[in-house]
This record gives sequence, structure tokens and C-alpha cells, in this order.
Amino acid sequence: MCDQTFLAITFGPCDSCSENRPLMNLYIKTEPINYCSLCMEIMACQGLASGETLKSLKAESETLRKKLEEERKKLHDVELEKVAEKAEALGELNMKTRRTLKGHGNKVLCMDWCKDKRRIVSSSQDGKVIVWDAFTTNKEHAVTMPTTWVMACAYAPSGCAIACGGLDNKCSVYPLSLDKDENLAAKKKSVAMHTNYLSGCTFTNSDMQILTSSGDGTSALWDVESGQLLQSFHGHSADVLTLDLAPSETGNTFVSGGSDKKANVWDLRSGQNVQSFDTHDSDINCVKYYPSGDAFASASDDSTCRLFDLRADREVSIYSKDSIMFGAASVDFSLSGRLLFAGYNDYTINVWDVLKGTRVAILFGHENRVSSLRVSPDGTAFCSGSWDNTLRIWA
Amino acid sequence: MTIRTLRDYGQHYRPRMACLKNVEVFVVEMQDPKSGVKGADQKLNVTIIPHVINGQDILAWIVTKMKVTTEEAQAFGTMLVAYGYIYPLQNHRKLVLVPDSTLYRFQTPYFWPVQKWPAEDIDYAIYLARRNIRKKGMLEPYEQQHYDNLHKWMNPKWDFIVMQATEQYKANKERKKPDRVVLDCQERAYWIVHRPPRRTHSAMDYGLDRLIDPNAEEVTGEYCNIFLTQALMRSAVKSSMSLTAFVKFVTTHHNHDPFLTTPVPSNPWITDSDEFWQLNSRSVDIPTKLSVERWVLSFWELISDPRGRVDFKLFLKKEHSAENMAFYEAAEEMRWGAASAIPEKSQFIFNTFLKPGAPRWINIDGRTMGLTVKGLVVPHRYVLDAAQTHIFLLMKKDTFYRYLKSPVHKDMQKRALVPAPHVFTDAQLEANVRNRNPGVSPILQWQQEEEEKAAAAVAARPIDVKAMVATNKLDRK
Repeated sequence: MCDQTFLAITFGPCDSCSENRPLMNLYIKTEPINYCSLCMEIMACQGLASGETLKSLKAESETLRKKLEEERKKLHDVELEKVAEKAEALGELNMKTRRTLKGHGNKVLCMDWCKDKRRIVSSSQDGKVIVWDAFTTNKEHAVTMPTTWVMACAYAPSGCAIACGGLDNKCSVYPLSLDKDENLAAKKKSVAMHTNYLSGCTFTNSDMQILTSSGDGTSALWDVESGQLLQSFHGHSADVLTLDLAPSETGNTFVSGGSDKKANVWDLRSGQNVQSFDTHDSDINCVKYYPSGDAFASASDDSTCRLFDLRADREVSIYSKDSIMFGAASVDFSLSGRLLFAGYNDYTINVWDVLKGTRVAILFGHENRVSSLRVSPDGTAFCSGSWDNTLRIWA
Repeated sequence: MTIRTLRDYGQHYRPRMACLKNVEVFVVEMQDPKSGVKGADQKLNVTIIPHVINGQDILAWIVTKMKVTTEEAQAFGTMLVAYGYIYPLQNHRKLVLVPDSTLYRFQTPYFWPVQKWPAEDIDYAIYLARRNIRKKGMLEPYEQQHYDNLHKWMNPKWDFIVMQATEQYKANKERKKPDRVVLDCQERAYWIVHRPPRRTHSAMDYGLDRLIDPNAEEVTGEYCNIFLTQALMRSAVKSSMSLTAFVKFVTTHHNHDPFLTTPVPSNPWITDSDEFWQLNSRSVDIPTKLSVERWVLSFWELISDPRGRVDFKLFLKKEHSAENMAFYEAAEEMRWGAASAIPEKSQFIFNTFLKPGAPRWINIDGRTMGLTVKGLVVPHRYVLDAAQTHIFLLMKKDTFYRYLKSPVHKDMQKRALVPAPHVFTDAQLEANVRNRNPGVSPILQWQQEEEEKAAAAVAARPIDVKAMVATNKLDRK
């Protein structure tokens, strides 16, 4: 496990507001200070201190960046392809559509698996959120949200609730029941309140907390029961389009990708931006952690998918081809991390060999862009939701 | 030919258009008179339409140029049609590339997606009005709907629109018939791409605009420098080390990945038999060999698998060190639980695990204990982090290895099942499809688990001797 998971976090009185809060350990001109996240924001937004001009700040920024690049270069002693030569070659992959879930009347925007490995929740443009048993293709629950463009949906780890949100700027949680005549809309609970559209949401390790990302450039952690904001994460300079929680033992970090071409790694406890990667040429549409938690992949409108190594703090691989010109909308890893499934805007799904960097298969079938793609919790299949109103299960 | 286009292929408020730069280069090559797709003149009623290409030729050209398979080329060709670079002459509402003699034409650069952006409603209104005049009121249903809508919303400008439309209609009449037909086709194709009728998949139907302009000047302030200093202070690992770790992870998990190694007895999605899930469920008596092998890989794998956790707890009970796991679970619950439950939970944890003389006292070093107890005065979500990490590391580095050597585990390894792979005949497969098992609802399972947990909590409570004597349970007679 990497050191990231055991980031020593101090808790105590902040240096400036002296309240007991999780602290960020910062260095200002090599002087260590401990500020809470709120005071850090205030300090960072303050005008220039005496003796500083915008130019001097920019110059300082440049020198720091160069220094960082040098340091990182020193550690980069081998490429992934070289190390991957030891890995055995992949056999023939034969994936087909095993189930087609029809029922949405409009574009499917997002989907998520339940921990029981067979149920799925999916949301669409017309506001309908449907819970399916994908194995039998039956619809189990359905709710119509009072908003269109439900871009985010998530299944709770217990399997007893779903969360969804979109243009209504909110994330709402609906508890599910076994009652056939349930009225899901009546039991709705509004949890998150953003100032603009909700682009992604996920439950943390329990039903009680939700992590959301929004078009207003922030991500936030909420307490479901009270609707209280537990922590907010600022740092993106444009819409945040996607997020993913780390699968590590201590589960303290998450990564978010935005329209500003950056992928940022955050610490859940302090709200601090721990790492940042900005090698993409265009909007990052989706980020997903590698199964071991030491890396993550991103899919972007520049038609490439990239793998970023968190421990070495750099991009290690680019998955692209000249014949793929259209943006990638969604990615996910297979259980072992050997395969990377990516859904594209040209209606296809490409399967990449993560280690060797080559494409192993291309899957056709959808009639419009593939908007979301997720591998099931036990890795037996993956589901792709598309703007052609259907979801397909491939195995 | 040189085509002057907007240089802003970047994001300026337009999601998903970064691809157009490369696509346009490609389309220009396609239209090259010498090396591009061969076109011919097509007779349509009385007029002759120049430069008509057919689907087959387009496909063949893409296959040769990009060196891809026919299916990929077809997908790419369909995208060209969906973006409006090529438009079909017949069946103009279906924006796909059909690889036979279906006829297509290249769209004029004037109507390329990036040129006239965005497609204004007022232009559409003028177009519809003109069409209305030409067709003498016989618009297609979706066009009629749009027309009525625009008429309602643009009412104040309607006179201007109708005037423009009439002017353009008159100007059109002056043109030669072939030119008029071609221009009409082009314009119609443009508007189908930008205002797609129902059931037409147009690539210009891209969804929502981004809120914040990502091309705006980024304000680098203190924040950026603080972040960079932080990054410099943090240590990174050598590439060789971290990359070998990836390869190692992939290799060790190779046998557990259903996409790489066929799962036994069979993949439920392929054979429609859910035996695979039943054999790996939490409450099964004897786990499969593959599961047991996965538990050996790391402590985290062991406790993430519910069946594995059950086994580990059994081992801990035999060793009488179950309090570590119980503390870990309680701390996890507090960390991820509701904010309102924190004070109550922290009190419970303190009384059960941390207070000197507590019934399930955990053994952590003095410094951590001191920090934790001090923090519990004002309990917050992460107050038990230090203690939890300590206990987790203890279990990972010590207890886990003892578990692997223990008779409980070795016995489990011997007894673990290796299910025989399913061999279904076609008839059986069809029967499977009809009899798909609906399984247990996760809600029911969750309720069951909660009940089990409550029962276990009651059982783990320390026995109150006085109460038992009072109810004569310890009567020695």
C-alpha cells in the first residue's frame, strides 16, 4: 500500500482561527504552518502581500514548476512498456452483449452497480431513474425526478438506497423498499446543495455519506442524515465532471477530473489537494482508480485515455490510436487491472491492455455515444449505458 | 483546397468538440481530386447532381487510408455523417454510413460544424419560413412543431423573419436548377444535424454546455505556489519500483479476473446460471478454492471479502483476540457513519475498548492511547484514526500471518471446493434463460445482516454477574 493512504494528518487548533479542525500541513517559504481548510482558502484568496507583484508570483510559480519537473525526471528510470515485457501476452478475448436493458425513453447518462453484483441503477435525460436486476432484465424500482439531465446516480453499499442528481443542483437519496406499491418520490431526501449542476456522486463506505462533484467547480462530502456539508474541495478552475473514491485500506483520498484538463487527488479529511496532473489536452470526462489504489486512469475529449501513477507522481501511459479521433466518455478497469474498458463518442467501446499499451478489442453495438461504462463488483461483466436509450451488459 | 476555419478548436464553452480539428484534416484529404474518394454525377429526376459518392467507396477509402477493419471504418464513416461532413441524398434522416450503393455528398465547408457556430434559432426560423413558403405550408411534423415553437417565442421578430425568408426565396428562384437542388440538399442536411428530428442520432446533439469557460486566464496566486511547494516537499517513488508493483498486482490477480480466466463453474452472464454467485456468497459453508487463494494475497483482500472476514473472525475468537477486529469495525462505523451518531458511538467505543479496565481493552502503545483519549473529549469523525491505523497494522503484520499458518485456515484450504466447470447443451442453456434465478433482494440481505450484527453485539456484551445472581441463573443448588 502506498504512503498516500497513511498521510499523517494532524487534528488540532488551527494557527489562525484556533478552532479544532483537521489541519493541512503547509509550507510557506519553507516555514511549516498548520491551517484549517477554511483559513487556507481565505489566505490564498487574499491580495498580494507587501513586496509581491503578480509578476513575481508568476516567476516564483515558474521556478517551482521547473524544479518539480527536474525532481520527477530524476526518479523516472524506466518506461511501462519495458517493465511490461515480463507480463505474459493476453489470449483472445471474446466479449459479446449478453443483456440489453431497454426501458429508458431518452439518453442514458449514468449507471452504477449494486454490491450484489447483479443489480444496476441508471438515470437518463428525461429524469427517470430505474433500478434493474440486470441478470433477469426486470425493472425493480423506478422514480421520476423533477429535473431533466440526471447526470449522476449511485447505488448505496447496503443496497437499500440510491442517490441521483443533475440539473436541479441537488443530490437526492431515495431509500428503496420491498413494497410493490411504493412511492419512491415521497421518501426522497435532499442531501447535497450545489450552486450548479451535479456531475457525479458516489457513496463512501457506508450509506451515511455522499461525495459529490458539481459544475460549479467544487466537490463536497455530505452527511446524508442531516444534509450537513462535512468538507468541501476547491481547486478546479472549471467544471468538475467526474470523481472516484480510492479503494485503499484506509480510503482517505479521491480523485476528480474537470473541464480545466486537470485531474486532482484530494484528502477527504482535510480537504487538501494532494496531487495534480494536467497532461491532458482537453476536458477529462471520467477518472477511475486502478484496483490496487496506486494509480488511476482518465478518459478525455482529446480521444486519449491515460494512466497516472500516484506514487511516482507522473503520467505513465497513453492509450490512443490515430484511427480513434473522437472523445472518450468513460473508463473502467477489469478486476486484475490488466484490461481498461473505454466508451467513446463514436459509439464504440475499446478494450486496452493496460501494461502493454495496445488495443486488444473493439466492441460495436451501440447506436449512439457510450456515456457511461462500469465493471461489475466481482468483475464478471461490464455494463455500458448509451445515448441510444439502452444499456448493454458485456461478458 | 484551403479552407479557412475558426482557430478555436479549444473548449470555449463547447464540450466534446476538440475532435473536429483532426476530423477536418481527414475530410479535406477525402475530397482531394487526385487521391480522394472518386465521385460521379448522379441523375436525379431531371437534374444532374455533381460529385456524388457512394457508401461503398467511402468505406473502402477509409479502410485503406487508416488501415483499419471494415467495421471500424464504418463506425468512423457514420461519425462523419453524424457530424454533417458528409450527407446522405436519399433517406436523409438516418445519419449513418451504409456501405453499399447509397449515395452521399460532401457538405460544403460553409456548413461545417465549427464554421457557423452555434446554429442560431433565428437562422432556423428563417429557414423554416422559407421552406414553408416553398412547400406551401406542408412542413414535416417535427419541422411544424419547431416552426410553431419559434413563432411563439420569436413573435416580435416574426415580420423580419418572414421578410428575410421571402427575399431569400426570390433570390433562390434566380439560380439555376441544379444549383438550387444542391443548395437545398446541403441546407436541409445542415439543419438535420443541428436540429435533429426525433430518433435521429446527430453528433452535434452534444448535451449541455460547460458552465465555466476553461480558456479564461488562470489566476495564479499564493494558492498555486503553496501547492507547488507542498509537492516538492512530498517524496515520490522511483518509476521502476511503482511500475513493477503494477505488473506484480496484475500477475497475482490474473486468475481471479473473469475476463482473463474463465470463472468456475461458469460466468453467470454467459450461461444464465447463478451458481457462481451462490458459491461465493457470504453465508456459504465452504468457500471455493479461488476465494481462499485470494484471501492469502493480502490482509485487505481477506477482510474485503465478506466470507473471508467471517473466517478471520472465527480464527480471532479461537485466539481470544477478537477485540482488535471489533474495535476496527466500530471505528470504521463511526468514521463513515452519520454525524449525529458520533458522540454516542465515541462514548460506547471508549467504554468498551479504551477505558482502563474496559471489558474489551485493546492493546495500543501509550502515546496513541493518550492522543486518542484526549481527542475523545471533543469527539469528531477522525478521532480514532491513529488508534485504528495502529490496530490495522498490527492485524496486518502479525495476526494475518498467524492466521495463514493456523489450523483454521489450513483446514479451510483443504476443504475448499473446486467446482466443476459447467458444460451446458443448447437445450439446457435455453432452459437456463427461462429459469433465471431472481436471487435475494439486497434489502432483505441487509436486514438479515443487521439482525446478525445485533445478535453478535448482545452476545459480546460482558456478562453482568450481579444481574445473573439476581435472576437466580447462577443458583448453585
